[in-house]
Amino acid sequence: MELKSKLPSGPIETAWDRTRQELKLVNPSNKRKYSVIMVGSGLAGASGAATLAELGYQVKCFCYQDSPRRAHSISAQGGINGAKNYQNDGDSVWRLFYDTVKGGDFRAREANVHRLAEVSVNIIDQCVAQGVPFAREYGGTLANRSFGGAQVSRTFYARGQTGQQLLLGAYQSLERQIGIGAVQMYPRTEMLDVIVADGAARGIVTRDMVTGKIESHLADVVILATGGYANVFYLSTNAKGCNTTAIWRAHRRGAAFANPCYTQIHPTCIPVTGDHQSKLTLMSQSLRNDGRIWVPLKKGDKRPPGQIPENERDYYLERKYPSYGNLAPRDISSRAAKQCCDEGRGVGPTGLGVYLDFADAIGRLGENVIRERYGNLFEMYERITDENPYKIPMRIFPASHYVMGGLWVDYNLMSTIPGLHVLGEANFSDHGANRLGASALMQGLADGYFVIPYTIGDYLVNAKVKKIDASHPEVKKAEAEVTGRVKRLLSINGKRTPDSLHKELGKVIWEKCGMGRNAAGLKEALQRIPAIREEFWKNLKVLGSGDDLNVSLEKAGRVADFMEMAELLCIDALERDESCGAHFREEHQTPDGEALRNDEKFCHVAAWEWAGEGKTPILHKEPLTFESLHLTQRSYK
Amino acid sequence: MLNLTLKVWRQKGPKDAGQMVTYPAPGISPDMSFLEMLDVVNERMMEKDEEPIAFDHDCREGICGSCGTVVNGIAHGPRSATTACQLHMRSFKDGDTITVEPWRAKPFPVLKDLIVDRSAYDRIIAAGGFVSVNTGGCPDGNSLPIPKENAELSMDAAACIGCGACAAACPNASAMLFVSAKVSQLALLPQGQPERRDRVLKMVAQMDAEGFGGCTNIGECESACPKEIKLENIARLNRDFLVATVTKRPVTASQGGGA
Repeated sequence: MELKSKLPSGPIETAWDRTRQELKLVNPSNKRKYSVIMVGSGLAGASGAATLAELGYQVKCFCYQDSPRRAHSISAQGGINGAKNYQNDGDSVWRLFYDTVKGGDFRAREANVHRLAEVSVNIIDQCVAQGVPFAREYGGTLANRSFGGAQVSRTFYARGQTGQQLLLGAYQSLERQIGIGAVQMYPRTEMLDVIVADGAARGIVTRDMVTGKIESHLADVVILATGGYANVFYLSTNAKGCNTTAIWRAHRRGAAFANPCYTQIHPTCIPVTGDHQSKLTLMSQSLRNDGRIWVPLKKGDKRPPGQIPENERDYYLERKYPSYGNLAPRDISSRAAKQCCDEGRGVGPTGLGVYLDFADAIGRLGENVIRERYGNLFEMYERITDENPYKIPMRIFPASHYVMGGLWVDYNLMSTIPGLHVLGEANFSDHGANRLGASALMQGLADGYFVIPYTIGDYLVNAKVKKIDASHPEVKKAEAEVTGRVKRLLSINGKRTPDSLHKELGKVIWEKCGMGRNAAGLKEALQRIPAIREEFWKNLKVLGSGDDLNVSLEKAGRVADFMEMAELLCIDALERDESCGAHFREEHQTPDGEALRNDEKFCHVAAWEWAGEGKTPILHKEPLTFESLHLTQRSYK
Repeated sequence: MLNLTLKVWRQKGPKDAGQMVTYPAPGISPDMSFLEMLDVVNERMMEKDEEPIAFDHDCREGICGSCGTVVNGIAHGPRSATTACQLHMRSFKDGDTITVEPWRAKPFPVLKDLIVDRSAYDRIIAAGGFVSVNTGGCPDGNSLPIPKENAELSMDAAACIGCGACAAACPNASAMLFVSAKVSQLALLPQGQPERRDRVLKMVAQMDAEGFGGCTNIGECESACPKEIKLENIARLNRDFLVATVTKRPVTASQGGGA
């Protein structure tokens, strides 16, 4: 396997423009002769499918939800970055580029990030034109807010529902194309394999989740926009259906998997209440602007928070990071909370929680001001916990939230399988080792609206793909494999449900490959995962048949892939013997507990090649070079 | 811990008649969400080799619009402005019997148990619930100032999650609240003006074609809506529909090519 990144040379400011000039075009009347498969209908998938259909390509779009409008992009709260400099506060494309590379702890490609920052301004214009109801100032202009890791206000937002509004904009564009017959939409259809024939991705095998029918779809090019794998932890802020199956199946067919160990843990989520917990809910990090985080000074202090006097509280972020205090970056805040809980100073019934206390802010500003700022969040918290955060401090705990790793792609967003392109969170491309707030929406839409429409034509012209039909042996083979796998899942007839096995796996990953990682723990995880996987294939129970709607069967297939993916996650985390961004190897930290990079040995993308079942994956390295920015120690002090 | 009895609609497939089946649900923590309670009941059923209750769900944060069951006769259950996934078991008492049913509306056929087909809503959007703008070449975002009040009202309407509770709660199975939310969102913005009349006519026609009933101002939709979409949106739709009906002229594209 060779990693041909196709990164442009020359000055970075004009690299994307020059690339676009060099990319081959498809004549408008020829576009309709090409067919495109888009898997996923989130920000990247819906925007890409709609745009490609507008250009004239024949598009088929697939999603597992009952409607493309429900993809998990819809849950994003905070906002979307755009280097518009509307606030006249010194923002620029260059500054967004710089902030993003630095935020990613210098583990992203400069050229990709610069392109992202460039098209960020077009995204805002596009969304406004679609009728996305962004927040506005009284004069009618667009409002901005500031967000983590930046010193300017460049985040556009629609209340706490930015993801929803951006997705609905893309969804409506997609529905418009569906309505005129330019896109064929397949909801409740799950992709279970990629078809690689004559050296290129030529289609997918799907299962109709209502009828159980297994079917092949063929096209000239295949695009995956299937999101991230944070549910490998079982508990995460991702939707229940989010899974790794599409990218994992592609990986097994030859797509390199890059930087799987870059997983982001968000510090402010509502804590787990018991074994029944099915998912975790994020509380926007904006709360840390006014809330003070603390735990009791003494271990095992079970008094209600109101009875713990000031001098017996530890405002640990303010103590450890006096300059940033409660606004310390996500990774640092998460690790500090875990440390307190590990010491036995965690709060709440499970001991896995810390207080986020608004008493001072309410005393200083009054309850009304706090209600105006955070009313909807306080309401959501109260609905879930039945506690009134105006009276009792909130309890929060970190949770798995987003993954920066994903399938390796070149500058044109193509994976190591020719013709298989990957967009959005499913690829690894732009965030390095840590993603800044309000950048996920930006990347998803950049890939779908403004990158893939240019690069895909170039592939089609150069690849000169020949039509194949369903009788091709690779199509038959992939279909037979999928059918066999479904049958196998149904026939084990053991005693464990898919959820119970998923929980068991998630617990190991959370403990050994979560906020803090070390060699011994990772080695232990690498012993335990194969055992859980073996248990899965020996003792799984899936009731019902494969010929109708079967929720357990769907889950089982996804968990099976997490079982394999989890191992690669730990292998990568063990191999990357440095700390960077969200990947924190406890062996490598500065005296004050910051991530300590090792640029000499690890300034590269780790791209893993599948070597076959039971075989150690093969590591390929794509060196990262920094020509526009200097590699520096990331510091927010 | 709560000891509950569930009466749940079980239906094997679209053509099956379906029936209510009673299940004991002992030892339910009040901290569970309603869907987590169903998870627990399902895990126990599977241990006894019974097929779990199928229900739609995804984000479990009240935003994706996937979940939706009629709980004790109320769409999304007893707590106002709350989706089923955000409803928690502390809203119930020990010893309660809870009935759980799918959305009941003809245009939402049951696929299995509590899962219904809501693709009719997508087809209504596809008929006209958009601004016809292709990607690229859009004017600068700030070139079109929008009064804050309109932006806020538009956002109020745009908050709809398309869950289907409005049609399920309506005695006429009308989808007017859903349709009016999209019509209003775009009618309140300058971007929505060029297609304003065409949009309302097409969306209403599609709604009728799907078999949704008419609105008779009962207001059940508003009280069931987890996102508090207001009835005034329906009034806005009605005004736009009336104006569009009287002023509509057929549009004919002019013919002819270039030199």
